[in-house]
Amino acid sequence: MIRTRSLLFRYNSEKEIAFTDLDITSGDQFLLLGESGSGKTTLLHLLGGLLKNQKGTIEVNGTSITNLSEHELDRFRGKHYGFIFQRNHLLAALTVEQNLLMAPYLAGLNQDKARVEEVLEQLGIAEQKKRRIQELSLGQAQRVAIARAVLNKPSVILADEPTSALDDKNCDRVSELLVSVAQQNQATLIIATHDQRLKNRIHNLIQL
Amino acid sequence: MNLFALIFAYLKARPLNTLLNILLLSLGIAMITILLLFSNQLQQKIADNTKGIDLVVGAKGSPLQLILCNVFHIDFPTGNIKLQEADRLAKHRLVKNAIPMALGDSYQNYRIVGTTHAYTELYKGELASGDLWLADMEVTIGATVARMLNLKLGDTFASAHGLSEAGHAHEEHPFVVKGILKPTFSVLDNLILTNVSSIWLVHEHNEDEHEIIKPDSLHASVLVPTAFASDSTRELTALLLKYRNPIAAIQLPRYINSQTNMQAASPSFEAARLFSILGVGIDALTGFAYVLIFISALSIFIALYNSLKERKYDLAIMRSMGASRSKLLWATQLEGVVLTFCGSVLGVALGHVVLFLFTTLVTESQTAGVNAFVFYVEELYLLMGSVVLGIICSLIPSWQAYRTDIHKVLAGN
Repeated sequence: MIRTRSLLFRYNSEKEIAFTDLDITSGDQFLLLGESGSGKTTLLHLLGGLLKNQKGTIEVNGTSITNLSEHELDRFRGKHYGFIFQRNHLLAALTVEQNLLMAPYLAGLNQDKARVEEVLEQLGIAEQKKRRIQELSLGQAQRVAIARAVLNKPSVILADEPTSALDDKNCDRVSELLVSVAQQNQATLIIATHDQRLKNRIHNLIQL
Repeated sequence: MNLFALIFAYLKARPLNTLLNILLLSLGIAMITILLLFSNQLQQKIADNTKGIDLVVGAKGSPLQLILCNVFHIDFPTGNIKLQEADRLAKHRLVKNAIPMALGDSYQNYRIVGTTHAYTELYKGELASGDLWLADMEVTIGATVARMLNLKLGDTFASAHGLSEAGHAHEEHPFVVKGILKPTFSVLDNLILTNVSSIWLVHEHNEDEHEIIKPDSLHASVLVPTAFASDSTRELTALLLKYRNPIAAIQLPRYINSQTNMQAASPSFEAARLFSILGVGIDALTGFAYVLIFISALSIFIALYNSLKERKYDLAIMRSMGASRSKLLWATQLEGVVLTFCGSVLGVALGHVVLFLFTTLVTESQTAGVNAFVFYVEELYLLMGSVVLGIICSLIPSWQAYRTDIHKVLAGN
């Protein structure tokens, strides 16, 4: 469950954005829509604890993340969130499997190879397990990024423009996977995007 | 996954860069290792070989040459001294004992030394087989001589005049091997030992087969009992002296240098002087090695600094997955340390291997007795120092990693 109250972020002395209060129940799926510069990424980063120094409060699963210290926030992120970005941001030096195992390692959780297998299976890329990131296609790489985001069974998945670099076919594929994988893991899914193609799949909208 | 697997993957991702950095550092470390092994063992050798010899007395000339010739058996003799004079000195009240040295001949580049059994005792020489020389033309050979020339008990050989192979051979007076010494790791290993009169015998041209008259004990020389103390024709190359008391150290050299035709030189003093001359070269090479290490450290720093720029997304994404700032800091530090540690381990190994190849391939170096497989505690300091170097190289990059602004990087501006 995510709840925000009177959230306001000040970029500099001239520009600030006030966000409407959000009440998102667990398992919901939302699209965060808006023009570029409307603060989609800022809100997503605030919700994900990637950005601090805002006014107002954010509560995630009963924890007020605005009150956490930097280190506590790192740990909280590792246990409760999965992130997906426009670019896949996979660690190019590692194989697919190693990339996925980084998620439990960095979150301080048990590194379960069977879980890696399971998630890769769900996303239809199990045969890519031992391959290096450079050898993957764009669509495959984005699916690996999704696998990494859901591996720890996070309660919240935050995606920032996950499909805007993909063609229609891959966009369809990735968004379908994102929705179904979030459902399978009972995670709250929030996608910040200006990609209108996603509206067909997710109907809850937050307009900025 | 763990930190080491991650770092290993990063290093493997740019193999040439990693290889270059490790090689560069290992060259510097190898150089220091070689110098360390060489100078430590040389110093040890010098100390071992000069032990028990307080003063060397020989013909006037260069004191360093006198020491090099009669203690280390490297240089040529400064000339000869009269047995008569040497004998007088041996009986001096400040002299505890005196060992005569008669040089001049060699066999296959190994020196034949006419001396007394006291000389083998000086280096604690023990017999591996046979006996010490007793009669004229009998020799006892050092372990290296026996091994290199493949000489066995009862073998005979003719010596060559001079201390190099080219000398004219004294074929009419063959030597016979009576004994072989165990290795002592001193100059003894490289010498062929006999009595003084054998050396004289070889050099006598038998024009007049004069009858040998043995002196009675009253008139015999203390140094060479078979010769007359008053014999003014007999000569020695040098005398190795041991002082009776500390006063001798002050009085004896001054007395010899000013009151006799001979000169006295202290092995420890001359060895120290020699080492200070060598030291300039060693210092220059060490300086060069440190320049190499500095450059490699700079190279490692640049590599880390650049790769950190490429990895800013990696760092940000790792933070988003729960890595703390300090974990990224340690990861970067560890990467630098792994590089420098690998470099120094390889360098130390390289140093030993190069020295081993050098000592096996260059025969001259074998007589210097440098062993490539001796390890010093300083090498451990080198390894520890390399860890510190790694930390220093990665200070700035790891601070960058620590300060990564995840929001800015992931928002893409």
